Amino acid sequence: MVEALRRQERAAELSPAATGAVDAAPPHLRIRGLTKRFGKFTALDRIDLEVRRGEFVAFLGPSGCGKTTLLRAICGLDPPSEGTVEQDGCDVTALPVSARDFGIVFQSYALFPNLTIRANVGYGLAATGRPKAEIARRVDELLELVGLADQADKYPAQLSGGQQQRVALARALALRPGLLLLDEPLSALDARVRARLRGEIRDLQRRLGITTIMVTHDQEEALTMADRIVVMNRGRIEQVGTPDEVYARPATAFVADFIGKMNFLPGRLLAPDRVEVEGAELLFEPPLDFGPGALVTVCLRPEDVVVREVDRRPANRLTAEVGVMEFIGNHFQTTLHVPGTGLDISADLSINAVRDLGIRPGRTIPICLPPDRLRVFPEPPRPS
Amino acid sequence: MAAASRPLATPAPVAEPAVRRVRQALSRDDLLMRAGLGLLALWLALTVVLPLRALLEKAFEGPDGNFVGLANFETYLASPALSTSLTNSLLIASLSTVICVALAFGYAWALGRTCMPAKRLFEAIAAVPILAPSLLPAIALVYLFGNQGFARWALFGHSIYGPIGIVIGEVFWTFPHALIIVTTALSTADARLYEAAASLKASRARIFWTVTLPGARYGLVSASFVVFTLVITDFGVPKVIGGSFDVLAVDVYKQVVGQQNFRMGAVIGLVLLVPALLSFAVDRFARRRQSALLTSRAVPLEPKPDPLVDRIALLFCSLVAVAILVILGTAIFASFATFWPYDLRPSFKNYDFDNMDGGGWESYRNSLEMAGLTALFGTVIVFTGAWLVEKTRRFEAVRGIVQLTALLPLAIPGLVMGLGYIFFFVEPDNPFHFLYGSMAILVICTIAHFYSVAHLTAVTALKQLDPEFESVSASLKVPLWRTFLKVTVPVCLPAILAIALYFFVNAMTTVSAVVFLYSPRTQLASIAVLNMDDAGDIAPAAAMAVLIFATSATVRLLYGLATRRLLARTQAWRRR
Ligand SMILES: Nc1ncnc2c1ncn2[C@@H]1O[C@H](COP(=O)(O)OP(=O)(O)O)[C@@H](O)[C@H]1O
Ligand SMILES: [Mg+2]
Repeated sequence: MVEALRRQERAAELSPAATGAVDAAPPHLRIRGLTKRFGKFTALDRIDLEVRRGEFVAFLGPSGCGKTTLLRAICGLDPPSEGTVEQDGCDVTALPVSARDFGIVFQSYALFPNLTIRANVGYGLAATGRPKAEIARRVDELLELVGLADQADKYPAQLSGGQQQRVALARALALRPGLLLLDEPLSALDARVRARLRGEIRDLQRRLGITTIMVTHDQEEALTMADRIVVMNRGRIEQVGTPDEVYARPATAFVADFIGKMNFLPGRLLAPDRVEVEGAELLFEPPLDFGPGALVTVCLRPEDVVVREVDRRPANRLTAEVGVMEFIGNHFQTTLHVPGTGLDISADLSINAVRDLGIRPGRTIPICLPPDRLRVFPEPPRPS
Repeated sequence: MAAASRPLATPAPVAEPAVRRVRQALSRDDLLMRAGLGLLALWLALTVVLPLRALLEKAFEGPDGNFVGLANFETYLASPALSTSLTNSLLIASLSTVICVALAFGYAWALGRTCMPAKRLFEAIAAVPILAPSLLPAIALVYLFGNQGFARWALFGHSIYGPIGIVIGEVFWTFPHALIIVTTALSTADARLYEAAASLKASRARIFWTVTLPGARYGLVSASFVVFTLVITDFGVPKVIGGSFDVLAVDVYKQVVGQQNFRMGAVIGLVLLVPALLSFAVDRFARRRQSALLTSRAVPLEPKPDPLVDRIALLFCSLVAVAILVILGTAIFASFATFWPYDLRPSFKNYDFDNMDGGGWESYRNSLEMAGLTALFGTVIVFTGAWLVEKTRRFEAVRGIVQLTALLPLAIPGLVMGLGYIFFFVEPDNPFHFLYGSMAILVICTIAHFYSVAHLTAVTALKQLDPEFESVSASLKVPLWRTFLKVTVPVCLPAILAIALYFFVNAMTTVSAVVFLYSPRTQLASIAVLNMDDAGDIAPAAAMAVLIFATSATVRLLYGLATRRLLARTQAWRRR
């Protein structure tokens, strides 16, 4: 996964569009100043967000951060306290649910237990008063789409969790909504089914080109499925960006901590691009605009620690003692200590590198912490 | 795709728009549901709140209809005969409560915590008293221990007419109510507590005192208050077997029906409301505590066999069950005896109601009609009402009021409810005065009297549904009433049938509220029992009581068959 991201990221960096081409098309969804209060508690605090047509956006954040609340505010199931929601250029903030254009899949799926799969999928169509034959055709088409054509006459309880999930998806798509909302659609499934359905949902979304918002607390789900990720924390948006952006360039310490594994090191700024960490002096980029002496947090992903061809690196070269090495499937999770400093770093070393360089616990090896891989945040690390 | 990597989190606009609160427009569903809720509120106001208010007014009213403050209460307290009744009532209620709850606890414990055989049979027998009017045990006791009773020797010269008879009758009649509450309390036990206690080598007796009893304490408190209230407000049993032993509930009846002294009736009714309200409050509190005891992670307790304990449990339950069956059997036997105690050959002579006072077979047909209508309309109103309360969006104030009013009848004894109805509907300037003396008022009053339990059953069933059914429905632009009919009702059908059964059985057996409201055209079977007994026709009274029991039992059986068929037919989609 990490490798794939890395590749994507390179592509994004090379692309001219990434450096600021203007997107002319108006967004499908525009949210402004959206606030939601439950009594005195503010569940969402002035959220601003735009979602483009056909885009797959994931709301990602820890449990209780307000993802579901935001989703329900967008579709009117629990209207916001303040703010506006525009869909297709129209202000829909105050419209009742039934007057809006969206399909939704709940975490529980909320399938009607006493109706067959066919009746569930055709539930919205049957109420429109269309001819029976037309409804039947559309239901068949939808069941085909989610690969359940042979299950049409069963009841929800007779299907597996993954199949139920797809029924819910077909039902949500029946009226050809312009917006698809998914609230933790995969969290009730076991790991293997989840991994398969990720791809299926993603493909389906691409094929239909339907604007989609998915709520999830699972970073892997968000990283692999979404075009863009909205990272949320305590009712606020921490960062909006592509998966590679939020992974490689987390905008805040929270995002850095929440997504992927990360070394959190306490530092003190020496110069805009130089920081002292536990007695070691490190260069980083891009520079930070803070006065020297400011307390900061320095972040580094374990897989970004370089051990090969260290002498070719211009900066941040250190010597480290190898501590514990743990074999985790396709890499070694290794602890490194830099003698003469208080610096302890967790590094993920490839099997290749370990073999080629003969890295073993107790040995001393040269390492490099690449300046462009260090993320420095202007806040001291939270005590954990 | 490349463009997608540009973050779009827009910075705050230059000119911050004025913050305005969002008010969501109401959909047609919202409007319909609010209108429905409004109608329900009106209905509950008319059938529960206003009659109660009429009763309150009456209690503070002088002979010429003016407000006299507490004068009526002073008169009441000054009369020595009436305060004797108060003492008697408290005595009877306390005694019955202690005996009934103790028996119910033993029975529930045996059913839930031992491996004795035939549990299903014992459960069925324990439910018998619910299907009979409270007059049935009283009449059976007359046959058993009365002046010509065949077991009179067992009382050692004491008379069954008086406190002894009342207490036995009340214990019989309230036993199932206590049993249900205590069983629920015991079933919330967490096996882990018992395993912990056992691993500490605590003896069985010690576990009982330190784990079982404390775990069920809220259930016991709740059951005690419920039984106390049922007994102190029941007048069927003391009316039949009380002799000259006066109690409050019979006083109300005598004041109102006998002496037409409505004000004094209202005063005593209000006095009866005190324990009922207290019981209501305690019960609510206890139930909340009890449910808090059961965490979602609790492990249900599986009883382990223990020959000695199981045998004692079997013996105990057998004694209780035999007592119930003897009382029921005596009533049945006496109803078929040609001329007790001289000619015990079976005959239908006592079922020849048309040749006796009390309304004849017509009263039985009236009862069937009343119970049928109550079950039909009661179920429709209660279930739709509970759905409206649960599913209407926002509109909190009205929903809260309706929810509260729906629970109010739980705190109002039938006697008080019936009195309130007279005072409210007898007024000639009440636009609903025309209902007075009709079948409709009996149905309406019975629905109101038994509203709360039915409502709670419906709410519980609705809460088990996925709360997002309505969200899905709205997002698919399907009107909510359609989802109500196509999904909610079919899925809740078992609960709906249970509500209908509850209404039917209670409408068949109730005496307390309707005794003030029937007219010659709307005689009811349960009241016929009372009147025939009053007139000295005890055997026909027993026959009618048995007939009521048989009807309730038959409907109960039909209900059992219907639910089994239903579950079989729907098991494809029901997770079990
Ligand atoms: N109806 C409600 N009343 C009060 N608080 C609520 C309600 N719904 C959600 N909350 C609170 O709002 C916060 C966000 O909830 P939610 O959006 O469900 O979080 P999540 O990100 O896990 O989906 C939580 O702290 C939750 O307790
Ligand atoms: Mg959520």
